[in-house]
Amino acid sequence: MALKQKDLLGLRGLTREEIEEILATAEEMKSILLSKVKKSSHLQGKSVVTLFYENSTRTRFSFEFAAKYLGAHTASVAVSSSSVAKGESLIDTGKTIQSMGVDVIVIRHPMSGAPHLLAKHVSASVINAGDGINEHPTQALLDMFTMKQKKGALDGLKVAIIGDILHSRVARSNIWGLTTMGAEVRVAGPPTLMPPDIEKMGAKVFFKVEEAVRGADVVMGLRLQRERQQKGLLPSLREYTRLFGITEERIRLAKKDALIMHPGPVNRGVEISSNLVDGAQSVINEQVTNGVAIRMALLYLLTRRNHDAVR
Amino acid sequence: MLCVKNGMVVDGISAVPYKADILIDKGKVIDIGNGIENTADEVIDATGKWVLPGLVDAHCHLREPGFEYKEDISSGTRSAAAGGFTSVACMPNTNPVIDSAAMVNYIKSMATAKGVVKVYPIAAVTKGQKGEELTEMGELKEAGAIALSDDGRPIMNSQLMRLALQYAKGLSMLIISHCEDLSLVGDGVMNEGYMSTVLGLKGITRAAEEVMVARDIILAETLDAPIHIAHVSTRGSVELIRQAKRRGVKVTCETAPHYFSATDAWVDGYDANTKVNPPLRTDDDVEAIKQGLKDGTIDIIATDHAPHHRDDKEVEYSLAASGISGFETAFSLAYTNLVATGILSMVELVQKMSKGPADILNIDGGTIQVGNPADIIVVDLDREYTVDVSKFYSKGKNSPFHGHTLKGKVIHTIVDGRIVMKDERVIV
Repeated sequence: MALKQKDLLGLRGLTREEIEEILATAEEMKSILLSKVKKSSHLQGKSVVTLFYENSTRTRFSFEFAAKYLGAHTASVAVSSSSVAKGESLIDTGKTIQSMGVDVIVIRHPMSGAPHLLAKHVSASVINAGDGINEHPTQALLDMFTMKQKKGALDGLKVAIIGDILHSRVARSNIWGLTTMGAEVRVAGPPTLMPPDIEKMGAKVFFKVEEAVRGADVVMGLRLQRERQQKGLLPSLREYTRLFGITEERIRLAKKDALIMHPGPVNRGVEISSNLVDGAQSVINEQVTNGVAIRMALLYLLTRRNHDAVR
Repeated sequence: MLCVKNGMVVDGISAVPYKADILIDKGKVIDIGNGIENTADEVIDATGKWVLPGLVDAHCHLREPGFEYKEDISSGTRSAAAGGFTSVACMPNTNPVIDSAAMVNYIKSMATAKGVVKVYPIAAVTKGQKGEELTEMGELKEAGAIALSDDGRPIMNSQLMRLALQYAKGLSMLIISHCEDLSLVGDGVMNEGYMSTVLGLKGITRAAEEVMVARDIILAETLDAPIHIAHVSTRGSVELIRQAKRRGVKVTCETAPHYFSATDAWVDGYDANTKVNPPLRTDDDVEAIKQGLKDGTIDIIATDHAPHHRDDKEVEYSLAASGISGFETAFSLAYTNLVATGILSMVELVQKMSKGPADILNIDGGTIQVGNPADIIVVDLDREYTVDVSKFYSKGKNSPFHGHTLKGKVIHTIVDGRIVMKDERVIV
């Protein structure tokens, strides 16, 4: 048993053994997920709450299904992000939820570090479902799980992540996780959307998509928020697509069997061409399935810790 | 009569420390020398300890009126006394803002009524610190404002800043500038660099500070007006000020203890007690700040004591209030990081924390001299201790130095001949 921690706040600091255990467990979970009767008792008698301060359908549903397939009680709390500053404090909300006998709190929050703050103040397990521009560890784990299933191993894989790296918690978590697992991570995007010193995190930085994509095993697009243009970080979406869009022409520079991935939701025709999204190399829908398996695995591994503590 | 006996004295004037007794009567120093005939009715034995002029803080926030839940003049001045400060200059970002003679008088009368150290109000440069219209600087000066600042609310309009410098110069009033270009700060919450990338927190570029330092130096230079730059935190700012001083610009500046004692690496873990404006920078900046202190580019150390309630800090990092409760760690941080490491001598430290700030603000204090008010502290330089915020006299327990071991501690504080802290306990 490698994973011993109470919470999953990020992939930064996770060891190779811990990540391997999560991925291996996800494989078992996937077979439950794909079976006719999606029901197990791994989480019987446990309660899982999703506490979302940002709109999200896929991540929240993914966690809820994961918990339900494992037999847990679930509830979801949606707080509008505009009320973060005005409403009840995060710590108070967390303690209230915990006092109802909740074992796992899955939190999504527009501010980086919010899950860390919550985890410090509750004894329930906290899973980070995306915090600000910091991390989205379950997304990166499902990405890695997908790559591993398709490519056999992560070691030595060349993964190009293209787009708004600065604001991407998906990119950060993937850099931490993939570099730990021995993959080469390349990031490419406009200079105004590239965080400083990111190469010190272990990623190779490119400002030309072609260079990043050349010889890649995986090409991952990121959602481009339209507000980046309004804030002046980009001249226009049109120019972004011209310079940084993942197109069929550019994909030819990657390995022939390169995977095309995207955390969704996709802006078709902006960061990636529509044909690629629906094409043979795309594993975007499989990512979604794998997301449920990864979340089942994490819910099990983190609550297993509680069983052991009781014993 | 009170006698501080047998301590190593740094008087703020002499180039070297010397062992002496100091005799105090009716609030003033009446004799300094060896083996003074002991007619005192109270004796503080300072054997093995150092006797310094009371520290003078050119930059603090006492929060009264308006934010008494964070700090008030009673708790704030007790915290100051505990940190060895006998005079403090408080910033006007209260509610209401200190932008009128009435508000200056209010601070002065509250300080007289319940303060235990000397409080000097700094008034706002613009009405309500809104950055729109100048305050009535002439009347503010008459009321007792010792300087002007819109601290916390940088004056973004360059023309307004120029007019303020011009007008204040005619009144011989000093403007203290909080240098941050707000358009560059944006929604940043920590220093921009590797750590902001790692933590996924929005960064504040060093350029935000340096652009404003450069602007203010140029404005002051073209007017031949004095300007004081608050809380310098970057290598670039130090270099800009160094060059300006070489050209003869009337620029002075301060840094705060956290800018030579902590870095943005401390933000790891998202402890909001590390959130401060300007933000904690990098090791390279810390080095530059130390060098600037050593070569005289940075004139003084000011605390920027910014107490906050825990409700304002135990929240998401981006929502947390900025500031560090600084009075009670300032001397120890300076001694530990600057003197014990050989960067400054004790004489130089007194210049940075007592004499220098008093001179820049043109107020009494900063020296131990016969005939002058007896504002004196006794410090134990051998004393090592662990910072415990629960023991702070300040209401603000917001310090990133909690749990850190520091060296050098203020033991006694004397204000106008009255012992306000004795054996590390504030007794008034």
